[in-house]
Amino acid sequence: MLQVSRTPQTFDVVVIGSGAGGGTAVKVLTDAGIRVALLEAGPMLNPAKDFKEHVWPYQVDHRGAGSQAEMYFGRQQWGYFSAPVGYWDVPGEPYTVAPGDEWKWFRSRILGGRTNHYGRISLRFSDYDFQPEDGLSDPWPVTYDEMSPYYDKAEGFIGVTGTKEGLRTAPDGNFLPPIAPRVHEVLVQKACGKLNIPCIPSRMAMLTKSINGRAACHYCGQCGRGCFTASAFTSSQAMIFPAMKTGKLTVFTGSMARELITDASGKVTAVSYVDKATRTEKQIRCRAVVVAASACESARLLLNSKSPRFPNGIANTSGVVGRYLTDSVGYSLGGSVPALAGMPRHNSDGIGGMHVYVPWWLYGDKNKNFPRGYHIEIGGGFSMPQLGMFSGVCERHQGYGKQLKDHIWDEFGASVGFAGRGEMIPNKDSYCEIDPKRVDQWGIPVLRFHFQWGDSEINQVRHMRQTFVSMIEAMGGRVSGAPPDPKTAGISPGGFIIHEAGAVRMGADPKSSALNKYCQAHDVKNLFVCDAAPFVSQPDKNVTLSIVAFAWRSSEYLAEEMRKGNV
Amino acid sequence: MSNPLKPNPLDFSRRDWLVQIAAGVGMATAGESVLSAQQAHTAAASATPYTPKALTAHEYATMENLAEWIVPGAHAAGVTPFIDFLCHATDDMQIIFTGGVGWLDDAMRRRTDGKDFVSASQDQQKAMLDLIAFRENNSPELGPGIQFFDWARRLVVDAYYTSPVGIKEVGYIGNSAMSTFSVPQAAVDYALKRSPFA
Repeated sequence: MLQVSRTPQTFDVVVIGSGAGGGTAVKVLTDAGIRVALLEAGPMLNPAKDFKEHVWPYQVDHRGAGSQAEMYFGRQQWGYFSAPVGYWDVPGEPYTVAPGDEWKWFRSRILGGRTNHYGRISLRFSDYDFQPEDGLSDPWPVTYDEMSPYYDKAEGFIGVTGTKEGLRTAPDGNFLPPIAPRVHEVLVQKACGKLNIPCIPSRMAMLTKSINGRAACHYCGQCGRGCFTASAFTSSQAMIFPAMKTGKLTVFTGSMARELITDASGKVTAVSYVDKATRTEKQIRCRAVVVAASACESARLLLNSKSPRFPNGIANTSGVVGRYLTDSVGYSLGGSVPALAGMPRHNSDGIGGMHVYVPWWLYGDKNKNFPRGYHIEIGGGFSMPQLGMFSGVCERHQGYGKQLKDHIWDEFGASVGFAGRGEMIPNKDSYCEIDPKRVDQWGIPVLRFHFQWGDSEINQVRHMRQTFVSMIEAMGGRVSGAPPDPKTAGISPGGFIIHEAGAVRMGADPKSSALNKYCQAHDVKNLFVCDAAPFVSQPDKNVTLSIVAFAWRSSEYLAEEMRKGNV
Repeated sequence: MSNPLKPNPLDFSRRDWLVQIAAGVGMATAGESVLSAQQAHTAAASATPYTPKALTAHEYATMENLAEWIVPGAHAAGVTPFIDFLCHATDDMQIIFTGGVGWLDDAMRRRTDGKDFVSASQDQQKAMLDLIAFRENNSPELGPGIQFFDWARRLVVDAYYTSPVGIKEVGYIGNSAMSTFSVPQAAVDYALKRSPFA
């Protein structure tokens, strides 16, 4: 017989999830003096133990292959040296995918969630992203002008590099100094100039100068491994650790939310969760709840929170919870560039990832067969040798001995890579729902996914390839690899880019949306959703900065409503 | 917290900066755990010769020989212990290398009246490699050897270029703390001069 134990005290707010949205809610609410309980399904983050920053491959016996050589057999889901990341497959936490569909659901189970490893590309959505002029997706209940002050706050706190460019497709922000382009990036900029494509300093959440008590970047390029000095933004180090020192925050790790408990009036009174260490059911009472468990996990929690008042799940009178699920459209292409071969060696580590990028440049152009845009991310440079780094050289040249060594020396740092990240238009075939037959290891019903790309996305990917080929050729380079299958055009599987959004969308009309313009449930005044689940569409601008901006705004609103006694 | 890094020097030793970071931001454990990992490694590298855990003495000797053909200097860089380690880690890898060495010896015996790969002459070894190191030589007879060589080349190259010797040889400069980031103009000029934008 399960005994449910309740915490003795009632918290003002329970925040579920500790990533970009949950971390922001924790920061803003505790700053306002509100007592917060944070539920995280994974363990506490310990950077000293969990980050592998500055470790050389030879300092690890398997050098990054994994203790069972997983990398060599495609069984490693993420690089060994990366910050703790989570995976598409989490033991004991299955999900299902409808026959004929393809979807990969990435989960991160540790304090800080995916902010520990993410690429830190920080792009504001544009005015037309909120109010689409083509009518192909619904307008958001907020405008760019309403959000701009919150982007200012988000950038001012997390720290984002950049330059003022005056582009409508890439609104300017509150930027830290940019970082100089690497040699291959200078060539990419020249190629873009020739093709009449903009290529501007990147907008990344790394500190090119010290702010808010965090040390400036030391330019080792290993942000993806986690940063001991917190110079690359994580919600764990920059938001939650400081909040823990205020005395206002209580963190419950190893705590998997099962259900939101409501009273007769329909207000949330407690959160029921599984204490994973003891496999027991517990509850925390609260005055309000912020759900920030990641887009699909948040939808799952709402759908699983059924009561006589909410038979289809809490905050789901509209029936839209789970609907409008999107991911970014992804396509990548690399090339080798003879102009870079044999280049004088120098330190090109810099900040982790690109120093320049290509914002969307064809907004309003009628001569293309897909409606929405994409941006281009750029890779290259002399990065630390890792397992597999020279397999392309070996593949091209084969052979052995001094000749092979010479090729490797010559081609080290002589490749460039391009990755397109495009906007998917929400469609009726892409959604998640509760699987009626399966539960996870704690008995919580799991999600079943349905996902299809549309022609717009496939055509967009074809355009990406043409663009990347033109860029590589303009640099005098050779495209690597074979052309993709013409049918899929090499589009990434849904979920693969790890930008899931939608599933608990906001809107002005309670009949067609679950949340209002403050990401507050239309049906339940003390329930807020603060991750990418509220997003009405998936602009071609990675969602994390917007998650922080929206969570900041929602949390300020919640604090004010609590002060006024409305929540 | 203040920036723990000295404002001036462009590049100082890893140990120095780890100690400084540790001191500056109260992350002594972080710095020290990395440092002790490094020291443990240094101690291990200078210890007694490696004893194979997965490969037989003959298989190991064959891989040492083959590795030196693939990347001259592989032995000094400790490539074969890495291969043996991975073979010990998983049967999937072990079968590739035990099977590969078995094939190689058999193929060599057929060509040399009974000599296995390590016993064959340098010329005989080279003649064999010139067949299996190239995809275009693929045939029902050579297929398994070409497959095996592909794996061997992959692991030898990986092990060599992730070793201190290989990292130095390929010329990677980094994994250090810099107070500023800059790109040498000479490198920019080198690439531009050789590019279509010259």
